[in-house]
Amino acid sequence: MEFFDKIIELIVAAPGIIFTELSTRPVFWLLSMMMLVSGFLVVTLKNIFHSAIYLILCLFSVAGLFILLQAEFLAAAQVLIYVGAVAILMIFAIMLSTNVSGNKRMTTQNGLPVSIISAVFALGTISFIIMTKLNVVIKNPEGVITKGLWIGSKGELPLDNIMLIGKYIMTEYMLPFEVVSVLLLASMIGAIALARKERS
Amino acid sequence: MNPQLPIVDLLETLRLMLPELFLFLWALVVITVDLFSSRKNDSLVGYTALAGIVITGVLLTIAGDGVAFGAMFVNDPFSFAFKIIFLGTAFMAVGSSFGITKQKIQNHRGEFYGLILFSTVGMMFLASSHELVSLYIGLELTTIPLFVLAAFYKDDKMSVESGIKYFVIGAFSSAMLLYGFSFLYGMTGTTNLGQMSFNLAANHIAHQSSGFVMIIANVTILAGIGFKLSLPPFHQWAPDVYEGAPTPVAAFLSVGSKAAGLVAFTKIFLIGLWGYISIEMTPSDWGLMVGVMSAVAMIIGNIVAIRQTNIKRMLAYSSIAQAGYIMIGMIALNEHGISSVVFYTFVYLFANMGAFACVTIFEDKTGTTEIANYKGLAQTSPFFAALLAIFMLSLAGIPPLGGFMAKYKVFAAGINQASAFNVDWLYWLVGVGLLTSVFSLYYYVNVIKQMYFTKDASIYKMTFNPPVLTVLIICFVGIMVTGIYPEPVFEFANKVYSTFAFSILK
Repeated sequence: MEFFDKIIELIVAAPGIIFTELSTRPVFWLLSMMMLVSGFLVVTLKNIFHSAIYLILCLFSVAGLFILLQAEFLAAAQVLIYVGAVAILMIFAIMLSTNVSGNKRMTTQNGLPVSIISAVFALGTISFIIMTKLNVVIKNPEGVITKGLWIGSKGELPLDNIMLIGKYIMTEYMLPFEVVSVLLLASMIGAIALARKERS
Repeated sequence: MNPQLPIVDLLETLRLMLPELFLFLWALVVITVDLFSSRKNDSLVGYTALAGIVITGVLLTIAGDGVAFGAMFVNDPFSFAFKIIFLGTAFMAVGSSFGITKQKIQNHRGEFYGLILFSTVGMMFLASSHELVSLYIGLELTTIPLFVLAAFYKDDKMSVESGIKYFVIGAFSSAMLLYGFSFLYGMTGTTNLGQMSFNLAANHIAHQSSGFVMIIANVTILAGIGFKLSLPPFHQWAPDVYEGAPTPVAAFLSVGSKAAGLVAFTKIFLIGLWGYISIEMTPSDWGLMVGVMSAVAMIIGNIVAIRQTNIKRMLAYSSIAQAGYIMIGMIALNEHGISSVVFYTFVYLFANMGAFACVTIFEDKTGTTEIANYKGLAQTSPFFAALLAIFMLSLAGIPPLGGFMAKYKVFAAGINQASAFNVDWLYWLVGVGLLTSVFSLYYYVNVIKQMYFTKDASIYKMTFNPPVLTVLIICFVGIMVTGIYPEPVFEFANKVYSTFAFSILK
């Protein structure tokens, strides 16, 4: 099968590929390694507080990868929302609810076979898509021929993409942008209704 | 490619969006009225909310059809029909909640009704959206107030549990939905549903290069919407959430949130992916998936409902089954399909909201929702018993009530499509539908049996306050009219289809 041939080909060529990759794109590899190692530590460490700290590192590395992809807006949003808000909230919750230094996280290993199966399945699906579908030639509506899965893709992002995002938000996507403010108002009212102290 | 400023005729846009804008402002008015009203005269807030909903309904007829904000906001008969359904749901949920004496709602009527109105604004916005981003925002605006409403009795363990469950499920499902949207956007390069359909048809990309990705997109979006519609295997949350949530909120969830899911489903699968379907005119990829989900919904919903002793849980399973019936109409892509879905949802609104209103009255009076406690009610409160019996029979689909016509239309649409395109599994699906509606009779009639066929009279006597009486009468009239003289509604539903097909081409 072509699919397995490609995998074997990859394994044989791996050392060479790794060497050239490492020497040409060191930042990418540094960030990816940081992400993978810290992500692995998040799920394996016994102390839940340490897990949360490593989660922050992991999310930071993802933000770095976004910058490498020239998606600075995504990187900023990643840092603001995940590192700034979500992770801090998580640490707050941990510090308020458990004994940080002492308590060991109790985990069961019962789910191991299931998680291995689902991990293999997910990895297989993604690698299948990457290997078989990425080199398809596609003609997008404007007649531009690109190689790749996504007809919307224009190759590289324009350098002023943050500016473009701002312009789109205030022009074409103004309506959803305004409705988001209604959504925020509704969730604020809801949060206050749930959280406030009752007069008796 | 620089973004273009859409040419906006301000007055025209304002006219088209008038109902949504008004209802949003009215939600703020309701909250403000609550600040200034005394606690003793607390029905004032409720009447304010009801008035707002009625005025919005009037404004809806003024708004008319048209397109605003590029193609972001589209008013067509389809969106009109569903907006009426959403407003009706909100009206009945608010109307049936007047008698609730629990402290939490008495102290916070403003927030309670305000959040219901916010959620309704989201649904109406969703019905008009013609574009993935606004569709998603509309769906979020629908569900986020509902998380709070489900947990509104915050001293009650069951209610808080229901809120948390709904929150986790809701967050998970919208993540799935967004993931699917990102695939669709990547494949077509546009978020506009009409353009997406065009791109898919023009390039045949769905069939040649990215069929596999298309399947992933279909599966993730189906999972996301399946949670909203409570279609198996994404249905487990429904009974727990319905049981714990305040009863009017459970009613609002079971009709409003479900109809919102239907709208999202229609928009994405029947408009956005139309270019993908239209090549064969049969729902190739997602059709069978939805078919299996619908069959399992009908089987699980109807069979598990038989064993329920709590009427709210029973209605939750019944609503799972009803979602299964509606999806048969969704799979049938012919002219009967969409109109049968609209008609079914319309009838379901009356029957289900009526049943939940009865449950609310009973719960306010007695503080219990067990079916066994309904026994002997026919002797002490015959009006209540007769109404609840009619709602139950309509849900079961007994002629000459509306539920019968609705089921008939949905099954007819399925059979039509099956014979026209020789789709064997559709015959089986309709067969499952027929068989399970016979099962469903058992648990619906069980409630009637408890009320009518016991010797000793009940110790409870039901009383009605004016708003809830209005709600019950509207539901009763609605069921009777759709059952005996359904032609006007049929005609409107057919108009929805004809203009719907037009909006696909745009």
